[in-house]
Amino acid sequence: MADDKFDAIVVGAGPAGSACAYVLAKAGKNVLLVERGDSAGSKNVSGGRLYTYALEMIEPGMYKRAPLQRKIVREQIMLLDQHTATTIDYFDPRFAENVPQSHSVVRAKLDEWFASEVEAKGGTVASGILVDGLIEENDKIVGIRAGDEEMRSDVVVAADGINSMLGRKAGLFSDLEGHAVGVGIKETIELPDSVISARFAVKDDEGVARVAIGCTDGISGGAFLYTNQGSISLGIVFNPAQAAKQGRHIQEILQDFKMHPAILALIEGGTTIEYGAHLVPEVGYRGIPQRLYRDGMVVIGDAARFGINTGLIIRGMDLAIVSGLAAAQAILQAESTEAVGPMYMDKLEELMLLGEERAYQNFHQIFEIPHVFREVPKLANEAMQFLFTVDGKVPTPMVQGLMGVVKQNMSLGQILADGWKVYRSI
Amino acid sequence: MSIKRLSPEESLAVDKFSVDEGKPHIIVDKNICAHCSDRACLVVCPARLYQLKDNQISFEFAGCLECGTCRVMCSEGGVTSWNYPRATFGVSYRTS
Repeated sequence: MADDKFDAIVVGAGPAGSACAYVLAKAGKNVLLVERGDSAGSKNVSGGRLYTYALEMIEPGMYKRAPLQRKIVREQIMLLDQHTATTIDYFDPRFAENVPQSHSVVRAKLDEWFASEVEAKGGTVASGILVDGLIEENDKIVGIRAGDEEMRSDVVVAADGINSMLGRKAGLFSDLEGHAVGVGIKETIELPDSVISARFAVKDDEGVARVAIGCTDGISGGAFLYTNQGSISLGIVFNPAQAAKQGRHIQEILQDFKMHPAILALIEGGTTIEYGAHLVPEVGYRGIPQRLYRDGMVVIGDAARFGINTGLIIRGMDLAIVSGLAAAQAILQAESTEAVGPMYMDKLEELMLLGEERAYQNFHQIFEIPHVFREVPKLANEAMQFLFTVDGKVPTPMVQGLMGVVKQNMSLGQILADGWKVYRSI
Repeated sequence: MSIKRLSPEESLAVDKFSVDEGKPHIIVDKNICAHCSDRACLVVCPARLYQLKDNQISFEFAGCLECGTCRVMCSEGGVTSWNYPRATFGVSYRTS
């Protein structure tokens, strides 16, 4: 293999790796995209929703070829108590117009398609190959090892996901820490498209993205629901450190959520066809490693721990794609392999990825406020109960009744302290 | 079938696995785990592959969802080696 030196070897055919390889192949570079799954996407799990602008940056109109699920036109926030639920539903049909803002996605389909696009541009895709390590010569990364095989290139792009072994093997960063990640678990529930559209009040090509709190036994974290074509993705992301202290198994908490009457009504009659798990970077800008490159190597996507979670907006795949583009542009424009890394960092700034990360850099502190995950949703539901209950008796005066609900759940001091924390975080 | 509460085993039963028999990709040293008081693995492994049997941590690698949570949350180093399964083995997601 030593004779077949590639311009770039990209490890991992997720959105980051495929985006990078696509741009390089399109520019005529000799690129190898290596994937450990039998097919791209077969090892991947996401919520998931993809914000379309990222694909537009790779190539305008490209999203039209992608196997995207439903255009998201309803953004929903759900607050759960044991038996009750309060849901805020923001409907905006403009989100589906022109270039739709976002789509639900199924990674097995999306990633397989994206890898095929790389092939169509002349890139080489090698699936079913687990990369064991890097080849290093004179303090420079010059290729990869997979079993007995060695493959060489000018640049290695590590797009090997949140557990990035390559980043650690290259000495760029240490392993993830429990407080900086979320563990996401998810069931895919099969349901006929017509049933999904009717239950969520959307057209057949349009869909819903929902976040929910109050369903994690008080653990920092939240649930999500996305409507796909013929299925619903339903899951929860937990802070694993808090889950460990709390003691109930997370799979069991997901079952509670699934069987909550307000959720069950949406999925009733469906069939669970898959159960998946994945780690997600949870502390945004502050979780991004100091070093994302060395001579001959750059780190992109989940491996670089790019993520934005405001509680309402959860982003990862779009940032992965943008980082793949940044790496590809750097590889195409740098005059030496040494210059690729610094230029990659410049491109991350230029493409605004790091600016966006910085804008949200304190948001994760909101998820450290314990009352957000139990008391706040409980309070909201009890307030609703008070407001909507009619029993033929003289009601408690409005203000007194609502204050009573508040005081049962939180003290005024706690509310002020939490409010201040939220203010400081955003 | 309709929606019902699933046990961890039932959840895993819907997934597609190719088990690399006799070649675990994660190695757990029970002697180290014996001194661990956190034992986060018991509740955070999404597949519930870490269980307490006769007061000892037991680990089963078949059914692993390859997420990495056990490695990240292991506080005493009982997870002595964590790798992805060899190529072609492990979980194959179709609809996630």
